[in-house]
Amino acid sequence: MKIVACIKQVPDSAAKVVVENGRISWGDAPLVINPWDEFSIEAALQLKEKHGGTVTVISVGGENDKEAIKYALAMGADDAILITDPTLAGADTQAIAQVLASAILKIGGVEAGFFGRQAIDNDSGLTPAQTARLLNWPALTLAAVITYDGSRIRVERSIEEGRQSVSANLPVVISLVKDYGEPRYPSFMGIRKAARAEIPTWSLTTLGITAPAPVISWPEIMNPPSREVVCEIISGGTPDEIAETLADKILAEKVL
Amino acid sequence: MKIWVYIDHFKGKALPASWEVVGAGKKLGTVAALIFGQNVEALVKDAFEHGADEVLLADDASLADYSAEVFSANLATLATSGSPDIIMLPTTTRGREIAAMAAIDLKTGVMVDGIAIELQGDRLMVTRPIYAGKLLVKETCSTKPQIVTLRGRAFPKPTPEPGKTGTLTKVTPISGGELKTKVEGYSTSDSGVSLIDANVIVSGGRGVSNNPALTPPAGLDEKQAEIWRAQQGFTLVKELASVLGAAVGASRAAVDAGYVPYSHQVGQTGKVVSPDLYIANGISGAIQHLAGMRTSKVIVAINKDADAPIFKMARFGVVGDLFQILPALTTVFKKRLGK
Repeated sequence: MKIVACIKQVPDSAAKVVVENGRISWGDAPLVINPWDEFSIEAALQLKEKHGGTVTVISVGGENDKEAIKYALAMGADDAILITDPTLAGADTQAIAQVLASAILKIGGVEAGFFGRQAIDNDSGLTPAQTARLLNWPALTLAAVITYDGSRIRVERSIEEGRQSVSANLPVVISLVKDYGEPRYPSFMGIRKAARAEIPTWSLTTLGITAPAPVISWPEIMNPPSREVVCEIISGGTPDEIAETLADKILAEKVL
Repeated sequence: MKIWVYIDHFKGKALPASWEVVGAGKKLGTVAALIFGQNVEALVKDAFEHGADEVLLADDASLADYSAEVFSANLATLATSGSPDIIMLPTTTRGREIAAMAAIDLKTGVMVDGIAIELQGDRLMVTRPIYAGKLLVKETCSTKPQIVTLRGRAFPKPTPEPGKTGTLTKVTPISGGELKTKVEGYSTSDSGVSLIDANVIVSGGRGVSNNPALTPPAGLDEKQAEIWRAQQGFTLVKELASVLGAAVGASRAAVDAGYVPYSHQVGQTGKVVSPDLYIANGISGAIQHLAGMRTSKVIVAINKDADAPIFKMARFGVVGDLFQILPALTTVFKKRLGK
């Protein structure tokens, strides 16, 4: 199966993210592969291991985004493409989906597009469904379990009410949730291979498109209001005493 | 302003966030509620009573099972002829997906997961969290219809007005050729109250596996013994949750260690929640966890480490042994709440 996994590089989830002079800053926190995308790479690799094929990683971003790509290669992806173009500054999710759909078509013969459920920076979670829509492929999103019988692909989706089982013929878009299972760590050999890998760069000219005009804009980015709380420490002679006092306090807040 | 609100439901039962969106829409203009499904007439009455001026009902066998492709195509087709200014949906798994796909069909954009909205002229300005709430952004869309999804529990649920009615328009669903995705079935979860809708959440972290008073059964290796201890600890968390009618949450450390399934994780790579009451047990308060629960109204922290960052967020704190405090608290609440 020819698989493309779309990934994004983001600040580490432990980063303290703030707005300084209207710009988003994450200090010296490392940039990493979007944590949800690790599950997508894992699922893509497992499918490849069972059914043969290749896993190609694509990412839209700047030259710096090669760290995330190298991580995916070190996990075991076969090759990668970085799509970078100055005209993509300010691109919204609709624009990114168009770029990814164009890239998937240009690669050609792709049977599955894999995504993490969302990126932990923008948190929009729209790109998998939008890319599928542009390709006119079925979107099997929020997958916790994937099975493939050689013709039809089945997915158990994680939804509010539990699981929904859906199936579709290839080609498909699949997005992954954490329930899929732990992503593997890069192997030593994988890291060495990734370090040496040549990562081709595509521009929008390569794709034969112009930058889609963004329709969503962010007039203002703000730090959230700080939480002005003074913690009242409840103490007492015995656990029962503490529990009684704490229950009184909670009931007085009228939140139950 | 002409506002459309998509009513998200599962087998005819509306998700509470749907009515919150109707309420938010009413503040902007006249609201038409969109109801797609089969045998979902009962939702029409609910929609009117929660404030909808009009209902657009597509009740048809082709809509019996939710399918993102079909539902979004119906929404987009209706919107092309109906020309709403704004389409609003709850940020549920279905709402997000329908919004995403309909935006492509309608050549417009989606503003996801709004927690506050205001009109500036005929432009909607949506405030939403990014980086799991570490930052907020004001977002706007230059094309119409402006599509927005609203976060559950961020807007008040309107009080239903019994007997209120409105204009009911039945619409014929598009006949949608060959279906690409087939729904094969459902297995509903037994995980109890959903984290996203919960008024109260009781959460556990790594600390719940550290009860020194317990001796694991013989024959377990170190990792198995840790999980066994954690499961005993989470039993205490679940007992309090059960008495309070609460959902059970967990820190990333707890789910990564295999104590409870991922669906319980609160935080940047889990669920972002904002209950009225959040009780954190044995959770130190890593930044990515705090991001996921910082908007809870009242936070209570029980932790043996007085320096744990969770106390900086908490309204009430107990520095002590959760294995003693938690059962005592469950007993007290059982008595007080008459259970």
